[in-house]
Amino acid sequence: MFTSVDDVSARLAETGYLASPAVATTVFLADRLGKPLLVEGPAGVGKTELAKAVAQVAGARLVRLQCYEGVDESRALYEWNHAKQLLRISAGRDETWDETRTDIFSEEFLLPRPLLTAIRGDDPKVLLIDETDKADVEVEGLLLEVLSDFQVTVPELGTITAARRPFVVLTSNASRELSEALRRRCLFLHIGFPDEELERRIVRLKVPGVDEALAASVVRVVGALRAMDLRKAPSVAETVDWARTLLALGADTLDETVVRDSLGVILKHQEDVLKASAKLDLDAL
Amino acid sequence: MTATADLAARLTDFVAALRTHGVRIGTGETVDAARAVAVLGLADRAVLREGLAATLLHETGQRQVFDAVFDLYFPHAVGGPVTEAAGREELRDRLADALTADDRAMLARLAVEAVDGLGGYGSAPGSDGWSSYQTLDRLRPQTLLARVRDELRARGAGTGFTDRLLEDEIRRRIEAFRALVAVEARRRVAERRGPEEIARRAVAPTADRVDFLYAGKDRLAELRRTVQPLARKLATRLAARRRRAARGAVDLRRTLRGSLSTGGVPMRPVLRRRRPGRPELVLLCDVSGSVSGFSDFTMLLVQALHDQFTKVRVFAFVNRVDEVTGLLVHGAADPGGLSARIHTEAAVAAWHGSSDYGVALGEFAERHARTLTPRTTVFVLGDARTNRSDPNLPAVREIARRCRRVHWLNPEPRAQWGTGDSAALAYADLVPMHECRTARQLGTLVERLLPV
Repeated sequence: MFTSVDDVSARLAETGYLASPAVATTVFLADRLGKPLLVEGPAGVGKTELAKAVAQVAGARLVRLQCYEGVDESRALYEWNHAKQLLRISAGRDETWDETRTDIFSEEFLLPRPLLTAIRGDDPKVLLIDETDKADVEVEGLLLEVLSDFQVTVPELGTITAARRPFVVLTSNASRELSEALRRRCLFLHIGFPDEELERRIVRLKVPGVDEALAASVVRVVGALRAMDLRKAPSVAETVDWARTLLALGADTLDETVVRDSLGVILKHQEDVLKASAKLDLDAL
Repeated sequence: MTATADLAARLTDFVAALRTHGVRIGTGETVDAARAVAVLGLADRAVLREGLAATLLHETGQRQVFDAVFDLYFPHAVGGPVTEAAGREELRDRLADALTADDRAMLARLAVEAVDGLGGYGSAPGSDGWSSYQTLDRLRPQTLLARVRDELRARGAGTGFTDRLLEDEIRRRIEAFRALVAVEARRRVAERRGPEEIARRAVAPTADRVDFLYAGKDRLAELRRTVQPLARKLATRLAARRRRAARGAVDLRRTLRGSLSTGGVPMRPVLRRRRPGRPELVLLCDVSGSVSGFSDFTMLLVQALHDQFTKVRVFAFVNRVDEVTGLLVHGAADPGGLSARIHTEAAVAAWHGSSDYGVALGEFAERHARTLTPRTTVFVLGDARTNRSDPNLPAVREIARRCRRVHWLNPEPRAQWGTGDSAALAYADLVPMHECRTARQLGTLVERLLPV
């Protein structure tokens, strides 16, 4: 899919995803070694965006499995279409049981869910398993077979093996420790907050109306906030939101009033706002 | 051919060094790492670092150890700088310029030169080496702050609102330079003594494996920041345990609802969920100087877990007992100042400041016995060092009799229990005592012991 690490950065940048060297290297390796990619990091640094960008670059279809508490086999893998099977049984009253049985467990009655969808078919696909840590431990067991051998076993049909391996991205917010077995099968990538220069480029790309000087100040203030040991440090998504807000407010430079009025965009807890105001010497409320 | 063999050996040595730091790496990952090296090539060190990290690591917390060990096994250069060693003043001038321009490449080069010029000590082979401490002590990069700030202001970089951020930014740059010097000094020493020894001794362990009693101030601060994520993990695990514990009567309504997808045949019976029994928890913490890092951390952790319990009450003692539940406001802005606040706002010490378990436990049994019910679990946190006073075993017996369970968490290694003035073994006869030296151990203990 890619020829070199630089090629990855360049082509991801074309889709509007500016990748750090770490991200580019790991994506390149995941493609070359054919292993799934496990992405961790704070909320709002672009974990899900990465999968979308890769799909766009590769011209692949994005298949997404959103995990939540209680997601199970019938939501993740496949399900038999019971209603249709019942109809089929009642339609063919004169058939013998053997005929009916082989018929109702055929592909026609199978409802593929994301994991199976990603494996079947010849077109290129990117499989995004989002918020893996929200799913129960049992689902991880399910993923193991899919991620190591790219195959799914349906007892009535046999084993379905991928004709073409999808590019797999798993994301996690680390709210639960994923099992060692799952981690072992993946390449691990931690996306942290970007460095100043990269973040400036991201802001300029996402909010084209912002000029260089304002983008630089915004990034510097956010950098200072991150160093402050807050309950929720502002993420890249918040930086971009803030730049948009400033643009909408018509502010072309930062000053105390503007920062004080718009601090709520980047900080989500009242005590963080208080702490930041004190540290930034905003004449407090 | 030999080059490939060398590389393979270096890679396996590198993996072995990481394993001694508790990073679990299997053979499969090592093979993957080798394949990554083959794919990426050795031309770009930064790319190689990321590639190895992606294949060998599984957790975010391991990255710090990985980076330090990587710098030892895949150094950016061999030997000293080619240029003549520069004088101290000249180095300071160039450092100030580099800090002003925030020139990372230049800072890295200066770190190399500084260690070479200022960091060497000893002359006899075997006792000589390079010291980052000595380098920084002679160079004093922190004293450049004012100079760099004035320089930047003169250039007009710090006008307007962001001016107030300037000093902190320069401080962070200086901090980064200090880290570079430390890495460089380790590299030079490793060249002399071999990377194995340095990797084992000079690389700091991951935060959750640091011993509470020996952790420095900054490591403790780092540890406190892990409280929230750890608490969240424990909470989800406890919740999962509760869910799995569901058994008993069939929930008819939900079973029938579920049967609709199977044409009205109830294929999967749904069981009624049990109401989660949320226990009451009492924490009894020694907050004397010797164990404060440990009890601070544990208090914060339990407080963060507060929605798992009906009631959490926290008592602190040195040689008197006082309740401090109110001081642990949930999500308090300043966890670092916790022990200071406890010492100023609660009556935990009488006229002297050394801990007295006998008096404190006796006072608790006498004055706060009402807080204990048959549903309460008590955690005692402390090293059980009584300073040679009476351990007051009847008080412990009384506490244990009144509540459901008592667990004692001791931050000292098991081998030191009962040595010197420690009454640990005497207490351990009465109540179960657990060794709890690191955040990792604490996490497993809390998960195992909490009565859910």
